[in-house]
Amino acid sequence: MHQFWEIISKADNVPIVIMLVLVCFFTWLSFREALKYDRARAEGKTVKQAVYAEEAGFPERVAVWPHLVRQEFLVAIGVTIFLMLWSIALDAPLEELANPNVTPNPSKAPWYFLGLQELLVYFDPWIAGVMLPNVIVVGLMAIPYIDINPKGSGYYTLRERPLAISIFLFGFLFLWVLMVCIGTFARGPGWLWFWPWQHWDVHRVVAETNIDFSDKFFGVDSASPMGFWIGLAAVALWFPAVMFPPLLLPSFRRSEFFQRLGIVRYLVFSSLLATMLATPVKMILRIFLHVKYIWVTEWFNV
Amino acid sequence: MDVDALKKEVTTSQLWRSVMRHDLEDNPRTRVLKVMSNLFMHLHPVRIPRFGLYLKHTWCMGGITFFLFLVLTVTGTLLMFYYHPVKEAAYADIKYLEFDVPFGMLLRNMHRWAAHAMVISVWLHMYRVFMTGSYKPPREFNWVVGVLLLTLTMLLSFTGYLLTDDQLGFWAVTVGTNMARATPLLGHEGPFGDKLGMTPYNDIRFAMLGGSQVAGNALLRAYIWHCIALPLIVAVFISIHFWRVRKDGGISAPQ
Repeated sequence: MHQFWEIISKADNVPIVIMLVLVCFFTWLSFREALKYDRARAEGKTVKQAVYAEEAGFPERVAVWPHLVRQEFLVAIGVTIFLMLWSIALDAPLEELANPNVTPNPSKAPWYFLGLQELLVYFDPWIAGVMLPNVIVVGLMAIPYIDINPKGSGYYTLRERPLAISIFLFGFLFLWVLMVCIGTFARGPGWLWFWPWQHWDVHRVVAETNIDFSDKFFGVDSASPMGFWIGLAAVALWFPAVMFPPLLLPSFRRSEFFQRLGIVRYLVFSSLLATMLATPVKMILRIFLHVKYIWVTEWFNV
Repeated sequence: MDVDALKKEVTTSQLWRSVMRHDLEDNPRTRVLKVMSNLFMHLHPVRIPRFGLYLKHTWCMGGITFFLFLVLTVTGTLLMFYYHPVKEAAYADIKYLEFDVPFGMLLRNMHRWAAHAMVISVWLHMYRVFMTGSYKPPREFNWVVGVLLLTLTMLLSFTGYLLTDDQLGFWAVTVGTNMARATPLLGHEGPFGDKLGMTPYNDIRFAMLGGSQVAGNALLRAYIWHCIALPLIVAVFISIHFWRVRKDGGISAPQ
């Protein structure tokens, strides 16, 4: 436990603790606002009445000078004071001169990339370090073109956009923020898992026998041609398995949601969703069933 | 000495009038003119809905991100006065900043903590914009620009990491750029990289580092990306981002 406090109070890790507190606070705040709105709507109020509850149902417009300018000025002063105090209290870390011959254990990327580094446990670098970051950026950019639900624009609500919010919160809170925290606080020497009360022992060895998907479930050597085809099938079938079941339901095809979305948007959305869900699925397979690779080829492994 | 007469003399002079285009009485007319006749204030609309002032609605994270960018520009420029992006000098320059330069440690601390804070505030800004559904039409494209700015913010921070030339920065950047080896087709360890003739000496990682290792060329490249190229690109996208906020109808509100 003593060492956990050391890790948390390391100068470069303080921002992560601050971030964690802020993310929790703002999640609570946005949920509070959303529930307030949803309750007002349930009571039969119009959108505007529910949003502007404190303004007698009408958005009053105020002059930017002095109202907004004053606020910007105060916030700028506040941020400056905060930064000053932070900089007086805590010194930026500086270690010894860079030395390519002395590798620290663990070697960690900058903290905001530790979520991706954590994924290296579950995926090869070409997926965790190259494909996934690109899919994340492209996927984020695609959000406005996929989520065409016109409701919930400009105010907090949960009930009017449950799907969009749950997918985003899952991605942001669990696959990003949580992974960053795990990579920072729970990964010690050898990138092994250390609980807060465990000492980061550099000599610790964990015997883990990981086997590939086809060995595990079919008893087929993953490097054999048969293993190759089983792996290919598993990866290739994952996407349709996530994407197509809803399409088989006539009630889904006739639903207003699907009618508005259209087939092209649906396929883009569901393939991005399948990619996103593949991450926790692979993690579960790895952690609980010790599956290393799903698909082994001579050029790359998945 | 008549102060009022002097004040009038000054404020009606040609010099004063050439700078200040309007009087400073507090009335509705000058409130508008203060915004309209000043380049920096002109980023704002003249009026906004009152809830645009509510911190529980905006979290103020976009504004804080922009302010931190300005803080980083100023502290970064000051740091550049003391820093040489060469292997022989870089680490010693940081030590010099820490022990000899007046307020050098404070300057460096502010730059580092503001950089971390900016990464956090830009994430939270995205979080808020998502939770209020503010990416919905007509603001789709501005969300795209915002995602680019978020990515660029992390790249700015990442390129700055190496510049201290210490173990922390060196290994963080080594771990980060080693990923580029695994780029499909373009990295020498990536899928099909060897089929395209990729080696450690001609692949995408080599292009990023200016060599096969994180060394002097990588330091210079990180410095140029960090201090010149990325800030310029970010400035362009910030301009587009702010301009589009105005053109897309200001802060989002229910229709």
